[in-house]
Amino acid sequence: MWLTSSSIGRKVVMSVTGACLVLFLTFHMAMNLVYVYDVMVGTPCGEHYYDKVCEFLGTNWYALLGTAGLAALAVFHIIYAFVLTAQNFKARGKDRYAVSGKQPVHWAAKNMLVLGIIIVCGLAIHFYHFWYNMMFAELVEMEGQFGPAEGFNWITYQFSCPITVGIYVVWFAALWYHLTHGIWSSMQTLGLNGKVWLNRWICISYVWATIIVLGFVAVMLAAMFATPGCGAAACCGAC
Amino acid sequence: MGKEQFLNVNVKVWRQRGPKEKGEFKTYRVEHVSTEMSFFEMMDTLNEQLINKHEEPIVFDHDCREGICGTCSLYINGRPHGIDDAITTCQLHMRKFSNEATITVEPWRSAGFPIIRDLMVDRSAFDKIQQAGGYTSINCGAAQDANAILISKVDADEAMDSASCIGCGACVAACKNGSAMLFVSAKVSQFALLPQGKVEAARRAKAMVAKMDELGFGNCTNTRACEMECPKSVKISNIARLNREFIKAKLAD
Repeated sequence: MWLTSSSIGRKVVMSVTGACLVLFLTFHMAMNLVYVYDVMVGTPCGEHYYDKVCEFLGTNWYALLGTAGLAALAVFHIIYAFVLTAQNFKARGKDRYAVSGKQPVHWAAKNMLVLGIIIVCGLAIHFYHFWYNMMFAELVEMEGQFGPAEGFNWITYQFSCPITVGIYVVWFAALWYHLTHGIWSSMQTLGLNGKVWLNRWICISYVWATIIVLGFVAVMLAAMFATPGCGAAACCGAC
Repeated sequence: MGKEQFLNVNVKVWRQRGPKEKGEFKTYRVEHVSTEMSFFEMMDTLNEQLINKHEEPIVFDHDCREGICGTCSLYINGRPHGIDDAITTCQLHMRKFSNEATITVEPWRSAGFPIIRDLMVDRSAFDKIQQAGGYTSINCGAAQDANAILISKVDADEAMDSASCIGCGACVAACKNGSAMLFVSAKVSQFALLPQGKVEAARRAKAMVAKMDELGFGNCTNTRACEMECPKSVKISNIARLNREFIKAKLAD
């Protein structure tokens, strides 16, 4: 099977799974912007549109199927990242250069695995904050501080803790760097690149990564506006 | 041409008696080095000094000394082929160094290029990759009339740029993954762009990539270090073309 046995095949798996995850991130960010709308504009009767989105997704079969699919994509992406890194480490040999010149190599390109590990760590915290309290809570009928479909309250609550905000800032920075290299790199691996398109893809990567991360940052900032004071200390009691 | 000056330099060289021996750096002083000398002429001077002292001369690869053959290697002060862009080691001149400079000279370091002795590495892996498919298996006969097979100027130029790869291995030496993708992609591209090579494009891409993987070269992660250090400025658009050819071939199987 060339997708597992050849170097280009393995990179194709990384690219396809990565590209699918980027599409999901774009959808996730767009969905989260409903929260920003709720905070900034609000609804006449005090309802939150974001809660309706959460209710629509909930634990319906399509949401569960989507979650399982995404989990599979992420698992393949992560496992292949470690496999490729181990192979590359072996190919590099045991001896290292005594002097390393300063090639203007993009920082993210050299540190994709480290950035990926930071992203996975952030993902674990994010899952605990939201997926566990929402989709999982609904599946096992667990009682929480808020209902499983009360996405607005969950976001507002979680981002009331400054430590959580700090962790998410680091996470978003790692995500931005990872995407600025990952998007154009996946197109290059899939052969959808050339002399002309190289700079275009790099430009698209920066713009796309920035839009995604700014969208998530907007949610975090909106949550801060939505929680004046420290009435709902979320995770740490720091405030 | 500037006025000839003379330098004294300290050359820190990797010495290793054989593939299985443990290597180490040794520092030698070379005095009265002309700025008009090439780097290899300085190395020749150093070797002359060593021979006169009944010491083993430093072993390094070199041949044409005019940037064509791809025989020379050397990782000088942290860069393949030295501190200048788009040149081979034999085109590097001592005027690029300052007086009393310490110049660190290392061999290519990659599992795909094991050290034979001192600064000489075994790059026969590239020959094996080339032998796996880097050719057209039909007899093309004598040169055709230029109008017999029409080739666009863009394709002809790109094929020529790809064919400029001299197989020196700087791409592997510069890559943090020890990947040979730039070399293989250049060799695949120079044929894939031309009608004579297109016929066997699928077989060629599959065979050369399979051989590259078999020989233990790493996976490309698109850091672009290879194209930055390539003495012939071969571009990573060739790697995209190789990926395209390979994926197309595999999907057609």
